[in-house]
Amino acid sequence: MRIDSIEKLNRWRAECRRAFEAPKRKVTICRGESCLANGSEEVFDEFKRLVAEKSPSGLAVESVCKTGCHGFCSQGPLVIIEPDGTLYTKVKKSHVAQIIDDTLIGGKVLDRLLYVNPQPEEKIADYHKIPFLARQQRISLRNCGLIDPHQISDSIAVGGYAALSKVLTTMTPQQVIDEVAKSNMRGRGGAGFPTGRKWATCAGVESDVRYVICNGDESTPGAFSDCTTMGSDPHSVLEGMIICAYAVGSSQGYIYVREEYPLAVVTLQKAIDQAREQGLLGNNILGTALCFDINISRGGGAFVSGESSALMRSVAGEIAEPQARYVRSAVKGLHDKPTVLNNVETFATIPVIIERGADWFAAIGTQKSSGTKAFSLTGKVNNLGLVEVPMGTPLREIIFDIGGGIPGGRKFKAVQTGGPLGGCLPEDKLDMPVDFDSLTEAGSLMGSGSLVVMDDRTCMVDVARFYLGYLASESCGKCVTCREGLYQLHRLCTKVTKGEATEADLSLMERLAQTIQKASLCALGQSGPNPFLSTIKYFRDEYLAHVRDRKCPGGVCRSMITYVINDDCIGCLACLRGCPVGAITGEKKQKHVIDQVKCDRCGSCHAVCRYEAIDIV
Amino acid sequence: MTLDLTKIKEVINRNPLHSGALLGVLQDIQREIRYLPKEALVETAAALKVPLSRVYGVATFYSAFSLTPRGEKVVRVCQGTACQIKGADLILTQLESGLGIRSGETSTDMKYTLEVVNCVGVCAMAPVVVINDKMHGHVRGDRAVKLVKKD
Repeated sequence: MRIDSIEKLNRWRAECRRAFEAPKRKVTICRGESCLANGSEEVFDEFKRLVAEKSPSGLAVESVCKTGCHGFCSQGPLVIIEPDGTLYTKVKKSHVAQIIDDTLIGGKVLDRLLYVNPQPEEKIADYHKIPFLARQQRISLRNCGLIDPHQISDSIAVGGYAALSKVLTTMTPQQVIDEVAKSNMRGRGGAGFPTGRKWATCAGVESDVRYVICNGDESTPGAFSDCTTMGSDPHSVLEGMIICAYAVGSSQGYIYVREEYPLAVVTLQKAIDQAREQGLLGNNILGTALCFDINISRGGGAFVSGESSALMRSVAGEIAEPQARYVRSAVKGLHDKPTVLNNVETFATIPVIIERGADWFAAIGTQKSSGTKAFSLTGKVNNLGLVEVPMGTPLREIIFDIGGGIPGGRKFKAVQTGGPLGGCLPEDKLDMPVDFDSLTEAGSLMGSGSLVVMDDRTCMVDVARFYLGYLASESCGKCVTCREGLYQLHRLCTKVTKGEATEADLSLMERLAQTIQKASLCALGQSGPNPFLSTIKYFRDEYLAHVRDRKCPGGVCRSMITYVINDDCIGCLACLRGCPVGAITGEKKQKHVIDQVKCDRCGSCHAVCRYEAIDIV
Repeated sequence: MTLDLTKIKEVINRNPLHSGALLGVLQDIQREIRYLPKEALVETAAALKVPLSRVYGVATFYSAFSLTPRGEKVVRVCQGTACQIKGADLILTQLESGLGIRSGETSTDMKYTLEVVNCVGVCAMAPVVVINDKMHGHVRGDRAVKLVKKD
């Protein structure tokens, strides 16, 4: 059935909604990337099998279905029993029979599969009452976990393409641009350029062809919110792009997705096929004059291809080398035509802005950065996953109230924001409200919203060394300062971690960093020294400890530490077996000894010891 | 190992034959035969009517492509930030010594290829090892070699 009018869409929506809301008793299983990797597909199959088997004998479950990712990734696979909203975490295939017997038939909650909140420590059964989820305000992630991303009918049921029909029936293209501009929306890709202004520029250029590109490259290591949105709510992204196409007058769109996200590519392709089949993409969308189609362009795994001019070259099938941008890509972008390039999160937010109005959106967040932002919370924190909160929320609230604090009662040391080009912020910056401007001011970046939490066992010099090495290898090589400068900065930083550097090296590094910032063409070079600059700004003591005292306070740098077995050793042989160089000797049930000459300080023993019997000195 | 040129041609022809499809074509070939032999680059250049130098440029620029044959099991150790601070280095060292190959190399019996990858987007399961597209989360350094040999 092709939906060729708004009335038909509304009728279809009513049908979809009835079907979506009909099952009273429903089991939903998360099929996000993490849950899938932990076996959620098996759990789903087992539920299907057992429910079918037991239905004749009176088990009243109307539906067993898959959903997209909830963003509560540390607890997967997740199973939710509706209508009570009981959440079971870390569910395995072997648990399914008991869930059916005890909960679905017996009406009892299974205690051992409930989520345990870290602080205050308590078990919580109701999905909606878990602080990690309840304290969020989800706009771009609104449908993630709620619907099955492979069923367009689910999307339609929860209001998909309603904003598009509003735009097509009641708004002119200019009104759409004005509404987006009024909402004060800033691009979620990282730079925070006002979306409305970008659209207006593109629409204002005289041209026969215009392009709309969605940046789904998300090449920032440590960020996965775009991956989740594309894989769990693809139709919101498509809808945002179609609205943009209507506003700027484009007939061809591209979604650029990186090669490392195969699941997102499959889900998006399926969504595009379904939308085309229903007449929501292609010629005469919903029976109007709007013609727009979207193709997927797969990237090849290069960090720099997230940069706008590099991305457009990549879409055109060339190497992703950034170009000097004397003219904005909204004026001269893909194939030298006016192009709107926005990030996944931006496009997924657009339909909500249209439906609820610019004023509603502008009232959320801070004055200069309106709306919400999705963060990928990872590292040494209890609740890992996706957190969408209003702009201006302090980091402390995100890490401690929502993230549940640091595991094992360790001390917080730093949080790295904005990916490799961002910086590390210390504890005294935790109360800073987070938005585009405050992060830049503090020497970091919003970037794609990755938050990597580090505890006191992290060496900040080593963190800087890691990022610099990464950036040096990802530099496209065009600018000398970036190609050679980052290489030298990494070499000097490695010298510090090896205990071979002097204070003169530190000042050389600082001068070098400034030169790289000033003389590079794109953000990779301009922000490349950030990992070093932010760590030396906030953690200079640690650098000095490395060069003056040859000590690594975090206990990480191999040349400055020694692993020693203490009296808590019970002689379990675990470290002895795990040592790759055979440096540990000892008998069962007797204290082991590390041969310091053989030991290459890889830390294997420390990682496997369950009795805290290995000290780092 | 003999190359099946007809298969390569068939893979190329699945795509639209213009220069913009270059990345997609190379990805499809690599997916099919796990690397990009010289013959495939020549065929691609001819079919898409682009210079061979540009095909070579693209094939060497992006980290997803390999110009040398890869082993039966392609083991990719994630070196993303989240994995890094949860001990990805240790996993790599253990795999390098356990499999007897360095990162980027393939074992002489063509069984294993060891690579690093910058992020696979499942940071909540860090540290992650991907074995032929299957994700393994919370990998322990001391068990990495066993995991690779078993899976």
